[in-house]
Amino acid sequence: MDETVAEYIRRTVLKIPRDEIKTILQKWGFLSETQLQTVNFHQIKENISQDVVQLCEENAADIKQAAVLDIIYNHIYPNKRVWSVYQMNKTGEEMEFFDLTDFKKKFKRRLRSALKNVTINFREYEDNAVWIRIAWGTPYTKPNQYKTSYVVYHSQTPYVFISASVLKSNLPLLCQALVVASSYHDIHEMELRSHSLNSLKDIVFKRYSQNFQTYYPRPLQERNVAPENADLRIIQENRSEKERIQRVNREVFGDGPQPKLEFAQYKLETMFKSDPKMDVLDKREPFRCLVKFSSPHLLEALKSLAPAGMADAPLSPLLTCIPQKARNYFKIREKKGLFPGSFVSP
Amino acid sequence: HLATSLPLPSERDHLRPRIDLIVFMIDIKSKYSLKNIEASLAHVDASFFLGKVCFLVTGVGRVNYCSVDMNAIWKLGEVYCSPVLFCELELEGIRVATAQRLLRMLQICAGHIPGVSALSFGSLMRGSADD
Repeated sequence: MDETVAEYIRRTVLKIPRDEIKTILQKWGFLSETQLQTVNFHQIKENISQDVVQLCEENAADIKQAAVLDIIYNHIYPNKRVWSVYQMNKTGEEMEFFDLTDFKKKFKRRLRSALKNVTINFREYEDNAVWIRIAWGTPYTKPNQYKTSYVVYHSQTPYVFISASVLKSNLPLLCQALVVASSYHDIHEMELRSHSLNSLKDIVFKRYSQNFQTYYPRPLQERNVAPENADLRIIQENRSEKERIQRVNREVFGDGPQPKLEFAQYKLETMFKSDPKMDVLDKREPFRCLVKFSSPHLLEALKSLAPAGMADAPLSPLLTCIPQKARNYFKIREKKGLFPGSFVSP
Repeated sequence: HLATSLPLPSERDHLRPRIDLIVFMIDIKSKYSLKNIEASLAHVDASFFLGKVCFLVTGVGRVNYCSVDMNAIWKLGEVYCSPVLFCELELEGIRVATAQRLLRMLQICAGHIPGVSALSFGSLMRGSADD
């Protein structure tokens, strides 16, 4: 077995939390059950990985199997990478029947015709998700297995989730190959990025609980009162305001959990509006400014702002439109007319 | 009675008993909180400032998250002639102790402690703070 393959497998195993190693190796299926029995999964990871590599030697693993292990690892722990969402467009034709074999063949061919030194692996999962792992080389060097990009393509949708990692220069090539292989016309990057792949899917596939413009009849107020206000000596003077905030918040964010995003970024290209006496900018040109919101769970944080008394309800539509518009990177230009026209621009 | 700001909603006027003590809670982590208090103070009748108002600054345990200028708070206490208390709501011991203090103040302000008036107690508190 190749030295580099052995090392790659060893490092991949080391990334896995110790309690999960056995399960993942079983999912991999490259080592037999009897072989796995011989490994002590309670020793330190360093030793486990050595044992696993030893077994892989016996089975003569090659880069293809190692790549599959890597795909499995990334499928179980996708949140270690940053994912961007891309959307493909057709020129108005009918949706053709998706042939996976054909897709794989075309993809490989297109990619390899431009760059010979690539390792390409596929793995299919439920809900029509095709995972593609690409290890990039250069025209003069072999593929570097540690410089990988991941693509998750749901064949029944025009959406592709890409985790490009280091080599951004290969992105156009990758996009081209995807378009050709899937018989679409072109592809563009949506302004939507996050660590949480599932949340990105929730947003573009509209799987999160959306706000519907429902009229909540008065009796519903009873709900808020019960557990908190157990002590009848505490009287909330602003109860109706609190309830209004809850209602507005629920209308905007819906009832269920929010998709998990870490950032929202607003690039402002608007004029600085100040007191004429302040005289900060004589020139009438846009004041460039970048506003970035970050949080371990941005949307839940925004949802809790008004009930916590830290912001007025309803929140600015610039913040609340994130899931509906499926974007968390915005460019805001000067308002020319009605409010909706003011933001958004590719 | 808990309120998020003043003035109090007028629809509940007839349900409200006499107000003996107003405690303005300022969250040291939120500038918004201080602004809100400053705006609400304008709605308080001047007679309350004779010992029936107190400022309670919360969140003082988390020094890193302090967003409010301490000078602004001292100034507030000075301008409105009212004592400033500090506490950390997240620690049960301090929470209970602060509640007991406030309760004591309330008893005085409501006139339940013979010989001690709200005004005299207020100036006592201010006097000790200046030391």
